[in-house]
Amino acid sequence: MPSRRRALIVLALLFALALASVCLALAVGSLALPLGAVWEALRGQGDGLAQEVVQGLRLPRALAAFACGGLLALAGALMQVLLRNPLADPYVLGISGGAAVGALAAMLLGVGLNFGIEAMAFLGALSAMLLVFGLAHGDGSWSQARLLLTGVIVAAGCGAAVALMLSVAPEHKLRGMLFWLMGDASHATDPWPPLLVLAGGLVVALFFARDLNLLSRGAQLAATLGASVGRLRLTLYFLASLLTAAAVTSVGSVGFVGLVVPHLVRLAVGNDQRVLLPAAVLAGGALLALADTLARTVVAPQQLPVGVLTALIGVPVFLFLLARAPRVEVS
Amino acid sequence: MSVPPLVARGLAVSIGGQTVVRDFDLAVQAGECLAILGRNGAGKTTLLHTLAGLRPADAGQVELAGETYARLGPHRAARGRGLLLQHQGDAFPASVLETVLVGRHPHLSRFAWEGAEDGRIARAALAAVGMSEFAEREVHTLSGGERQRVAIAALLAQRPQVYLLDEPLAHLDLNHQIAILGLFNKLARQEGAAVAVVLHDVNLAARFCDQALLLFGDGRYSVSGIAEQLDEARLGELYGHPMRAVPDGARRWFMPA
Repeated sequence: MPSRRRALIVLALLFALALASVCLALAVGSLALPLGAVWEALRGQGDGLAQEVVQGLRLPRALAAFACGGLLALAGALMQVLLRNPLADPYVLGISGGAAVGALAAMLLGVGLNFGIEAMAFLGALSAMLLVFGLAHGDGSWSQARLLLTGVIVAAGCGAAVALMLSVAPEHKLRGMLFWLMGDASHATDPWPPLLVLAGGLVVALFFARDLNLLSRGAQLAATLGASVGRLRLTLYFLASLLTAAAVTSVGSVGFVGLVVPHLVRLAVGNDQRVLLPAAVLAGGALLALADTLARTVVAPQQLPVGVLTALIGVPVFLFLLARAPRVEVS
Repeated sequence: MSVPPLVARGLAVSIGGQTVVRDFDLAVQAGECLAILGRNGAGKTTLLHTLAGLRPADAGQVELAGETYARLGPHRAARGRGLLLQHQGDAFPASVLETVLVGRHPHLSRFAWEGAEDGRIARAALAAVGMSEFAEREVHTLSGGERQRVAIAALLAQRPQVYLLDEPLAHLDLNHQIAILGLFNKLARQEGAAVAVVLHDVNLAARFCDQALLLFGDGRYSVSGIAEQLDEARLGELYGHPMRAVPDGARRWFMPA
C-alpha cells in the first residue's frame, strides 16, 4: 500500500541529496571553498572574492541547473503518463525541436545576446506545442497514437531545419550552436524564471496527482472512476509542454534527464504520482546540478556541455539499476 | 416503487455507421441481474459503455437512480456505477493491492490518501475473488485469469450500486466462472445491487440472471424475463446457428446443434 511514511522518507532523502548537490556546486571550482566559507559568502560575510564567486556566479548557475533538471524530470514524468508509455520523454512531441530552431535561428542571425536567444527559443517551443496540438486535435479527436505521431513528425521537421542551419552556419558560430543543442548551463544567469515555473508546475501537477494515477492505467478506466479524461489530457499536454519550454529556453535541450529520472524514481518509489512527481523534481534537479558542476570542473578551465555529462552519469546508473530490478518491464 | 438504479429512455446507439439499438428502453431494478447476449460485433460493449456514460448516445438518455450523467458529473457517477472493462492495460508496474485500491478513488477527496478503511475494503475485495495471497505481487506477473479477478476486485472495492460487466468470465477457469457469477448474484440479492453482464454462455445466464437482453446486431433487440428469452428458435436467430434445448429435470441446457 502506498504509505505516506515511506513517501516522506524517500522525499526527505532526495531533498537532502538535492541540497548536497547545490552545496557542492557552490564549493567546487577554480576557487575551491570549504563549506564554512560558502556559508559565510552566502550571508554576505568574509572574503569579497568568495562572495562574488558564490553569490554572483555559482549560486545563480546552480539554481538554474537545479530548476531545469527538475523541470525536465517533471515534464518527462507527465509526458509518460499522457502517452502511457514509459519511454516517452519531454522532447518526444517536438517541443525541444521547436526551441532549437528558434535558438539557432537567433544565433545564426545574430539577434541580440542571451535574451534574444532565450526569447526565440521559447517562441519556437510554443510554436511547436501549438502546431502539434492543432494538427493532432484538429478534428476534435485526440488519441495517443495520433498525438505521438504528429509530435514525432514535427520533431523530425525541426531536426531537418536544425541540420540545415548548422550546415550553412559560419565556422565561428558553430561551436555555440552545438553547445546549445547538447545543453549548456553556462549562459543560465537568471534562475528565477525556471524556478518559479517549476514551483507552479509542481503545484498544478500535484493537484491532479491521483487523477494521473488513474490515467496511467488507461483512459477508459480513468473515466469509469470519475476522472474528466479530456480535460485532464489537455492540462497535462500544456503543462508538460510549458515546463519543457521553460527548461530548454534556459539551458538548451539537455537530454536524458527527462527520460531517465522518472524511470529511476519509479524503480525506487513505484508509480504513485503523488510521490513520483515531487521525487522526480528533486532527483532531476540534483542530477543536473551535479552534472553541471562536473561539466565546469572536469577539464577546467574548459567547460563541457552539461548534456554530455547527464548522459555519461545517467547511462551507467540506469543500466545498473535496470539489470538489478526484474520488476521493470519496458513494453 | 422506488426509482430503478439504471434506466435508459429512448436510447439510440450506433458505432461506425452501424445501429446497435434504436428507441431502446431499459430498467434494471435493485436486486436484479440482466444478461446481455449477442453475437460478436452486435454492439454489446458499445451499449454497455453508453449505459456507463463513457460515450454519448445518439438520442435518448441514461439515468442513474433518476439522474442523468450530465447532472451527476463524472465523480458522483463513479460512486453510483462501476464498469468492468474488457481489457486491462498495465503500462506501468504496480502491485495487485495498489491496482485494487484504485477502485477507492471516487470515495476519496482530492488530497486524501487511502486510509486503513480503504485498505481493509481492498483486501476484502481480493479475498472475495480468491486473490488474497497475491496482494503484494506485481500485476505483470499474473496470468490472464488472475489479472481478470484483480480487475473484478478493483470494481468490488469501488462499491457502486450499478455493476456493468463486460465479459467478466473472460480468461476464467470453470470454478472461477461459477464463483464470480455467484458473487455478483449475491451482491444483487443481498445488497440490492443492479447488475448488467455481457455473457457468451447461455446456460450460465439462465442459472444466474433474472432478465435477458438480446441484441440482434441490426438495431433490433428484446428484453424480458430470462426463461421467456431463452428458447431454441430465438437463440438460433440470435447466434445465427441452430440451438437445441435439452431438458434436465426443471432445467433446460442449451447447446449448439
